[in-house]
Amino acid sequence: MQRAQVEVTGSEQVGPYTLLHVARGGLDPGIPGQFFMLEAPGRPLPRPMSLCLAPPGELAFLIDAIGSGTRALCALQPGDELAILGPLGNGYRLDVERPLLVGGGIGVAPLPYLSESLGRPPAVLGFRSEGHAEAARLVPNAEVVIEPTYVTAAIPAGHDVLACGPEPMLAAVALLEPGAQLAWEAPMACGYGACYGCAVELDGELKRLCVEGPVLPAEAIAA
Amino acid sequence: MMILNASGCLDALTAPTIARSLDAFVTKTVTPLPREGNAPPRIAEVEHGMLNSIGLANPGIDRFLSHTLPRLGELGVQVWVSVGGFATADYADLCDRLDDRPEVAVIELNVSCPNVDDVPASVGEIVGAARAATRKPLYTKLSPATADIAEVALAAQKAGTDGLSMVNTILGLALDGRTLRPCLSRGAGGLSGPALKPIALAAVYACYAATGLPIVGMGGITSGRDALEFVAAGAPSVALGTILFSDPTAPGRIRVELANEIGQLGVGELDNVIGLAHAKPPGPSEISSRTAAVSG
Repeated sequence: MQRAQVEVTGSEQVGPYTLLHVARGGLDPGIPGQFFMLEAPGRPLPRPMSLCLAPPGELAFLIDAIGSGTRALCALQPGDELAILGPLGNGYRLDVERPLLVGGGIGVAPLPYLSESLGRPPAVLGFRSEGHAEAARLVPNAEVVIEPTYVTAAIPAGHDVLACGPEPMLAAVALLEPGAQLAWEAPMACGYGACYGCAVELDGELKRLCVEGPVLPAEAIAA
Repeated sequence: MMILNASGCLDALTAPTIARSLDAFVTKTVTPLPREGNAPPRIAEVEHGMLNSIGLANPGIDRFLSHTLPRLGELGVQVWVSVGGFATADYADLCDRLDDRPEVAVIELNVSCPNVDDVPASVGEIVGAARAATRKPLYTKLSPATADIAEVALAAQKAGTDGLSMVNTILGLALDGRTLRPCLSRGAGGLSGPALKPIALAAVYACYAATGLPIVGMGGITSGRDALEFVAAGAPSVALGTILFSDPTAPGRIRVELANEIGQLGVGELDNVIGLAHAKPPGPSEISSRTAAVSG
């Protein structure tokens, strides 16, 4: 992991979400599913964000402005600077034969970079509204479902599922596809194993999600 | 002058480079038995700080001695071991078991974790029992949540502590914006970060005046200027906690900033700043004449 002070190079609306582009600043984009800690202007703690896209010379993060930190990040303008740390954690294993990407809501964030890395495999994305579903344009070859239809109704058999989304979705995907790789989230102060805040129950013990995950095999976590 | 981490704010084995950027690494508190810690969620951001209720998650002294400590000893940075117990005898046993371990430079007695239910015996009793069990230097970590912290520090001094680490976090509560239920599963948690700084400074100031013991000052330090204020209040060394979460490069940065602050102050070496806050207020020309005296 490395820390760099980088400049915001762009900020675009994708439905209700913000796609924040920053200069790469010498940082390695890492493996899809890994994350970065983004300084949230005016807040004491940074925010964990999985990498959404890695355009040449840039890193891009899809952010849902749901709290004080994410609102501050979404308000950043080109030319503003922020500190970022990463890449952190363990990403998806990419040695899969028949990948299928499954995402729900803001959980689609790591899928564009993952799709690019895997040669644009098929994807199934679920959203709560048509407006939120605008984020599907970032993921090639995606079938979109809108609530009350859930992604689990649209997952075809015989694939290696790589998923990210809200906990109930991941739990449902785990039941349907026990071999799936799932990206989880938890409150995190540091992202590199220092704060012990992101404890999740793994194999019957509380472990740090930032060290063990955030991508985990479906059978590892009791949702 | 040493820059350390606050106990529980860094895992040297996960982040060895950051540990090596410190003058000494302080372990997460080790207890007699393994502890899983409290149920999540166990951190929450608040204005100007954060709350945690980790609850002393640690592998227990047996596994710490057999697995963790040998690896810490290979890092090439001085190791301070923080210990915590639930009875006076726990502290004595923990210190006894660490006493012959060459990897251990200092034992820090955590007598002040706000995230466990069992409140141990008096600080004096604990320090006395620990003192009898080890020849290692002992630092006692104090809580600011007491009516007269200088009195507690004096009791620790009388019982044989070699220094003080201060302060630990202080209990705080955050409520969820929508549900108005506590953000942390345990309810309240330890407040750290910039919100703690004035409380910590007051504690350092009082204990330096009362005891003259070496102090590791901590509580909301984010910059060289903050560190300078702790030195002036009476702490020749400082520890970094919450700032390490947002900026793991903070030890190096703060070391440079502190040197610049001291240079700008014009008082010569850092040693001349220790306890400066206790001197009578300088007259208009006193700082510059003191500089002349130092340089002359």
